[in-house]
Amino acid sequence: MELKKLLEQHNLTVKEYERIKEALGREPNITELGVFSVMWSEHCSYKSSRIHLKKLPTKGEKVVQGPGENAGIVDIGDGYVAVFKIESHNHPSFIEPYQGAATGVGGILRDIFTMGARPVAVLDSLRFGELDNPLNRRTFKGVVAGISGYGNSVGVPTVGGETCFDDSYTYNPLVNVFCLGIARKDKIFYAKADVVGAKVFYAGAKTGRDGIHGATMASAEFDESSEEKRPNVQVGDPFKEKLLIEACLEVMDKDLISSIQDMGAAGLTSSSVEMAGRGGTGIEIDVALIPKREEGMTPYEILLSESQERMLIVAREGKEDELREVFNKWDLDIVEIGKITDTGKFMVKENGEVVADIPVEYLTDNAPVYDRPYLNIFKNRESKIEKKDIKPDKKIEDIIEDMLKDPNLAKKNWVFEQYDHMVQTNSVITPGRGAAVIRVKGTDKFLSMSVDGNPDFVYLNPYEGAKRIVTEAYLNIVTTGATPIGATNCLNFGNPEKEEIMGEFKNAVEGMGEACRFFNTPITGGNVSFYNETNGLPIKPTPVLGLVGVIEGKENIIYPDFQDEDDLIYLVGNIDFSFDGSYFIKKYYKKTMGMIGKTPMETAKKIGDFILSERCLIKSANDVSNGGIFTVMVESAEYNGKGFELNIPENIEESLFLFGETPSRVIMTISPKDKESFEKEVEKHGLSYMKIGKITDGEIKIDKNGKTVYQNNMENITEKRAKVIPDILKNRK
Amino acid sequence: MRFGVVVFPGSNCDYDSYHVLNSVIGVKTDFIWHKEKNLSDYDLIVLPGGFSYGDYLRSGAIARFSPVMKEVKNFADNGGLVLGICNGFQVLLESGMLPGAMLRNKNLHFICKHIHIKVNDNKTPWTSSYNNGDVLRIPIAHADGNYFASDDILEKLKKEGRILFQYTNEQGDVKDEYNPNGSKLNIAGIMNEKKNVLGMMPHPERASEKLLGSEDGKKLFISIVNFLKDK
Repeated sequence: MELKKLLEQHNLTVKEYERIKEALGREPNITELGVFSVMWSEHCSYKSSRIHLKKLPTKGEKVVQGPGENAGIVDIGDGYVAVFKIESHNHPSFIEPYQGAATGVGGILRDIFTMGARPVAVLDSLRFGELDNPLNRRTFKGVVAGISGYGNSVGVPTVGGETCFDDSYTYNPLVNVFCLGIARKDKIFYAKADVVGAKVFYAGAKTGRDGIHGATMASAEFDESSEEKRPNVQVGDPFKEKLLIEACLEVMDKDLISSIQDMGAAGLTSSSVEMAGRGGTGIEIDVALIPKREEGMTPYEILLSESQERMLIVAREGKEDELREVFNKWDLDIVEIGKITDTGKFMVKENGEVVADIPVEYLTDNAPVYDRPYLNIFKNRESKIEKKDIKPDKKIEDIIEDMLKDPNLAKKNWVFEQYDHMVQTNSVITPGRGAAVIRVKGTDKFLSMSVDGNPDFVYLNPYEGAKRIVTEAYLNIVTTGATPIGATNCLNFGNPEKEEIMGEFKNAVEGMGEACRFFNTPITGGNVSFYNETNGLPIKPTPVLGLVGVIEGKENIIYPDFQDEDDLIYLVGNIDFSFDGSYFIKKYYKKTMGMIGKTPMETAKKIGDFILSERCLIKSANDVSNGGIFTVMVESAEYNGKGFELNIPENIEESLFLFGETPSRVIMTISPKDKESFEKEVEKHGLSYMKIGKITDGEIKIDKNGKTVYQNNMENITEKRAKVIPDILKNRK
Repeated sequence: MRFGVVVFPGSNCDYDSYHVLNSVIGVKTDFIWHKEKNLSDYDLIVLPGGFSYGDYLRSGAIARFSPVMKEVKNFADNGGLVLGICNGFQVLLESGMLPGAMLRNKNLHFICKHIHIKVNDNKTPWTSSYNNGDVLRIPIAHADGNYFASDDILEKLKKEGRILFQYTNEQGDVKDEYNPNGSKLNIAGIMNEKKNVLGMMPHPERASEKLLGSEDGKKLFISIVNFLKDK
């Protein structure tokens, strides 16, 4: 085959090929070319993003492990750490929604238990095209079923997340999965093979031909032929994963291994190379020893296969037999396939014959890095919203009805009721109620977690938009009474070879970095997903932040749910009203519009400080985001079956008050007896507030200028909101 | 008093039951590996929820061949208490220790949420701490909980008072619309003839601590302890 075609197939440039020859001092063979192609793929090498990712804050007093390992680690106290990361599985989930999403869950779980942590929570951030298109309904249903099928079976609860619909995701849905695990601080395991001579074991599922070149697929745009890529998607086996979790945690507990890594993207190749790379050693393996599902697999196929549920393990000397025993007990394959060497080389043999011989550094630290050109100015995005735009020709009660029936703002119970969100008996604040809160058994601590993105803000202004996302995540976490301690990010963008996309990326990363520094929430790891683009049309820039906080003691948990009738409802923080970047505008004008001003991060920080110091005054708190005040009020009222009375201030137009979106504000409810001390403390913290209403036993009443403009009851509204998504799926095949 | 929680490969509520029995109820509880052959130390055997052997065939269909199941049968035949929760209920059906079978939920999806069930009889080892007709708020989490049996079996279950729990609304009305999965007669839990074997789809171990949203399931475990104390 001519070289040009071969390189094209491997997604390598001519320049990169020259570099390969330089690394080897000769022409590569086909196996080596395959190894370079996956290790130098965008997905594995971060070649376009690396120089920008360095701008993110990654250190902090609680950070035990930052980026560069399988997952980040933060200290939560009492001898425990939280191990967490978010990762994307976007490309496979479009091609084969069920398996793509299922293996996305499987992959992130392995990243967590690989470090010695038992996975205790999954959250997912999902984005699809709108549901009136049958293609999007298929993707949506398949992805939810895949997450449900895999997560439920392995017994890790899916405790929260977000599900949004926007047509920029029709051909590039986003499936970002966050997982958090808990480990003892003195029992952390790393993917660092630094013991020369140690034996290397392969454990778990057999290797098949599935997923070959998955990482390369995730590093290119889609076009009409993308359907043909189905064989590139792996197939998951959650039962095997469950056995792997138990077996791995058992060998770690018994101290039988020195390092371990899962075989994720680029399978056996990346796990071997990265382990040796981090340890500053070399590794030698024989592919003939690998348990295989099919006959006649070539070294090329074995090295590049992305079959799921496989681990690479370096045994402690003298513990090899005990290691085998544990895996045998769990009915899992375990085979010795090679050893750690001091050669600095990735040496692959087949029945003793060398089939690949590559210096490890060229696959890891010395992989290509690009400073791609970027734009800093984005034309035709931000624009002033004219006065005539802000009121559709509709009565407020009809607008409210529209909003209640909108799939983006509807209750997502069709999604989260398919996930086992209660297994492990730790779920304190369950899905659909803001940030998720779980308890940490064996301590008096609770963890608060959220995953947040808002592509509309980022599209309009990548820098400020990314800051807004961090600000919103911060408020999500502090409103539960938690102190944020660490973050992870999943950066979903289009083709980085385009200046505009690279500009979105660069600016969003810088904005996110600045905000994370401001809120003292270091990024301990994450994932970049480029090439979310089909036939030249990119997704909206979608950075997603996973944020984790700690609550000390159950008495310090603040619930998002309205508690008692007659409690007073306050809007605290930013009391400006605006439609810029709002969902309201997008819904009625079919366009993302507005000016994203400077994000008032100081206000958010003051809210956080206020909540954490005056916790005893606050009976419920919930931050205002997508869908504005009305949406958050409904969500807060729903769980305890309460209602609310709202008074819209005279000078504010109804829809602007109810559905406008400005950053840095929170709804809080308090007991009437605390009115004075609450208002005094809020002022003392330098915050603005508005008393906007009170809690009722289920009635909803909205007044303006002494007149009632809307009336309903919560039972009605809950039923309506719960039916939106199932009805769309039922009525349109 | 000593309780045992069976661990099949793929069980995933084993820790939850273990936690509640040990830390909430306060009875010394052990895990029992599925290859174990001696259950003589135990007063209660729990078959926990999960996906035993992956449940790629019918739920519970492989677990019934597990070595421990022969012993669980003997244990029950000798009057020992056996509680099957969710997947454990499915295993009891597949192994013939309880009559009937499970179909896919009527909406064809996995369902995880709090529902209500009614206690039909408080004169059993499982329910003495409840009142007759008590309505419990308790979670379900399953894809195959649509209980099915022939009419004569259903008739027999009814006549012998073996339908211990039924799906209801908050007020305790047994109606189709309050049935989350389509089970016959709104069945949520049934017992064997001697009433020492109980299979139930809802998860009492997830409803035993106020912090988790409900403690309506806790009295089931307290009832068991009281029964064993009085024995």
